[in-house]
Amino acid sequence: MSRELLTGNAAAAWGARLADVDYVPAFPITPQTEIIETLARWYEGGEAPGRLVMLESEHSMVTAAAAAAATGVRVFSATSSQGLLYAMEMIYAVPGWRAPFVLVNVSRALATPITLEPDHSDVLAARDSGFLQIHCANCQEVLDSILIAYRLAEHARVRLPAIVNLDGFYLSFTREPVKIPAAAEARAFLPPFAPGEVEFRASKPVSRAVAALGSSPYSYFRYQTHLAALEALGAYEEVARDFERRFGRWHPAVECYRSEDAEVAFLMIGAFSTKARDAVDRLREKGVAAGLVRPRLLRPFPQAALRSALLGRRAVAVVDQNLSMGSGGVLAGELASALYGCRGAPMIARFVGGLGGRDITAEEFEAMATEARAAAETGEAPAPRLLYTAAELREVRKLQAIALAGPREAGGRS
Amino acid sequence: MFRVRFHGRGGQGAKTASQILSSALFLEGFEVQDAPRYGAERRGAAMFAYVRAARAPIQERGVIARPDLVVAIDDTLATMPAAAVLQGVAQDTVVLIQSAEPAEAWRPRLNAPCELLVLAPPPGAAAQAEAPFGGVRCAGAAARLLGVVGRASLERALEAELAGLGERLIEQNRAHALAGFDALAPHAGRVRGDAPRAAEAPPDWIAVPLDDAAIAAPDIHATGTSAASPTGLWRVLRPVIDYEHCKRCVWVCGTYCPDSAIRAGEDGRPNIDYDHCKGCMVCVTVCPPHAIHAVPEREAA
Repeated sequence: MSRELLTGNAAAAWGARLADVDYVPAFPITPQTEIIETLARWYEGGEAPGRLVMLESEHSMVTAAAAAAATGVRVFSATSSQGLLYAMEMIYAVPGWRAPFVLVNVSRALATPITLEPDHSDVLAARDSGFLQIHCANCQEVLDSILIAYRLAEHARVRLPAIVNLDGFYLSFTREPVKIPAAAEARAFLPPFAPGEVEFRASKPVSRAVAALGSSPYSYFRYQTHLAALEALGAYEEVARDFERRFGRWHPAVECYRSEDAEVAFLMIGAFSTKARDAVDRLREKGVAAGLVRPRLLRPFPQAALRSALLGRRAVAVVDQNLSMGSGGVLAGELASALYGCRGAPMIARFVGGLGGRDITAEEFEAMATEARAAAETGEAPAPRLLYTAAELREVRKLQAIALAGPREAGGRS
Repeated sequence: MFRVRFHGRGGQGAKTASQILSSALFLEGFEVQDAPRYGAERRGAAMFAYVRAARAPIQERGVIARPDLVVAIDDTLATMPAAAVLQGVAQDTVVLIQSAEPAEAWRPRLNAPCELLVLAPPPGAAAQAEAPFGGVRCAGAAARLLGVVGRASLERALEAELAGLGERLIEQNRAHALAGFDALAPHAGRVRGDAPRAAEAPPDWIAVPLDDAAIAAPDIHATGTSAASPTGLWRVLRPVIDYEHCKRCVWVCGTYCPDSAIRAGEDGRPNIDYDHCKGCMVCVTVCPPHAIHAVPEREAA
């Protein structure tokens, strides 16, 4: 074991290296490219065994990944944002093949307008696909989660592909100290894939992923994927405990930070959740019983763990770094459905923020806690809020004045 | 916690400086975080990189709004609003500028409440537009200002971060980093870190109004808006026309200029639009009578 400074992208590459992956179909996209560049350099220089092949698109890349996984080899790939969306037809198709592999997504906000910085709208578009989803808050988690994701995906009762998500910039290009397990320790935790019947032999042909035009086989196969994903809840606990036993790092499905006795809890995923941790400590210093509840596992949805973490709390401030057009934040809706009708359910205050990499300041975390507590006090759920200041709108108005100079005038109805 | 921001131009080594400092702090037992910040990669454009270091795991993320130390590797950035070198600078912030001019000259120009220090650039560097070794020099200086990084850790960090450059280049970089480290010896430990901060006002949140679709799509209706983007700020070398020798064959330099920044004036002489010339020096190369000269921006300005 060594402890080194790694970017989130380098940690992802180390995860793939320690997982002894056989095959990496690849396609570059900012802010992910550093992952496949790192792997390519290792493979080219003979530092690690493995084969990386550049495909002509993410659609082909995900197809190649699943097809290779269906032969029983261990497969890794990575993408981001528009790339994930370009692959979306196959993202939804391949989980039903029941061939496990790991795909890293480096979150980057979606077009339009096109941008580079992160939010979680990209990975949440894959939410209902059948891919398992693990969300990371720091670079250590990126490496560890890839090893955990392989164990989970390849678990005999699961056999589904998994996405490990990290935020662009805030993790992808940020170096932090990361413990790199020794190869032998990693191998002891994650032995070579035992594919069982997931194999390809010329002497034993299989027609995979055939059509099922009747609704009864269709419903059956779809529901099997769903049941397998649910099975991953129990399997996750088993795998994460084994990881903890071997490496001393506990990565629960739902991380609870000072939330046991909290009056108000933040609920969020990803890199900015460490800022929420900071906010919790500051609020506690000021006498506010605050906490953080952070789902690492988003699919399968850890409903029971969220209930146990949040029932009995007075208020929860959900910070969604995503936007479901015409609805609002995705996590707030998911959480509400998990808590609805339960005794002791907290008031939910919904916030959307951090879109396109927008910072969420320390003052904003405190203000969110204040709003959530006030709502619990009155018993009235507050209107969903976009974290957006008057100064930000002024900046946009200035840009509009430039872009629309001439026949049109900036400004709108309020 | 120490919060340090390095400002430089793309290509001057601000990212590398942040990594060397961060590595050195890590070797001294600190928890660290470092990251660069730039848009689409552009040589010469203003960018920055930041380092956080603390004795406990770091939960803060993203751009440093209130720095303890700001380092300007290139002094032409210090007063450039677009570079935002002074963003979040307060009374207790140390601002280090690498410059051949003394602190007294910079104090009125910056007009900011901060502790201002100047690091002399490498000998002979003033004449070189790209300020070679400026980054590592500033990394060494910053390490000394924090007062918690020993010489040995600085050297080890530099070797680790520059591994792959080859022995000769590492040796040259080491000399410059140590020169920066030694130059700031009188100010060792000047950056205190975690100075008390005034509480910020609560956020001024607003409800975003629904606008007409006609303005609510990212469309640019006005023409020529890129003229409002002063890409001339990315230039470290300035092409200067020697009109004594210019043959007024303006189509040559004007056609080859990739930014259409050279036009013929009414008198038939080429004029360079310095607001948008990025300093690629293609015109210098193609000018038939060699009448365009490359002059370091610092001297030309």
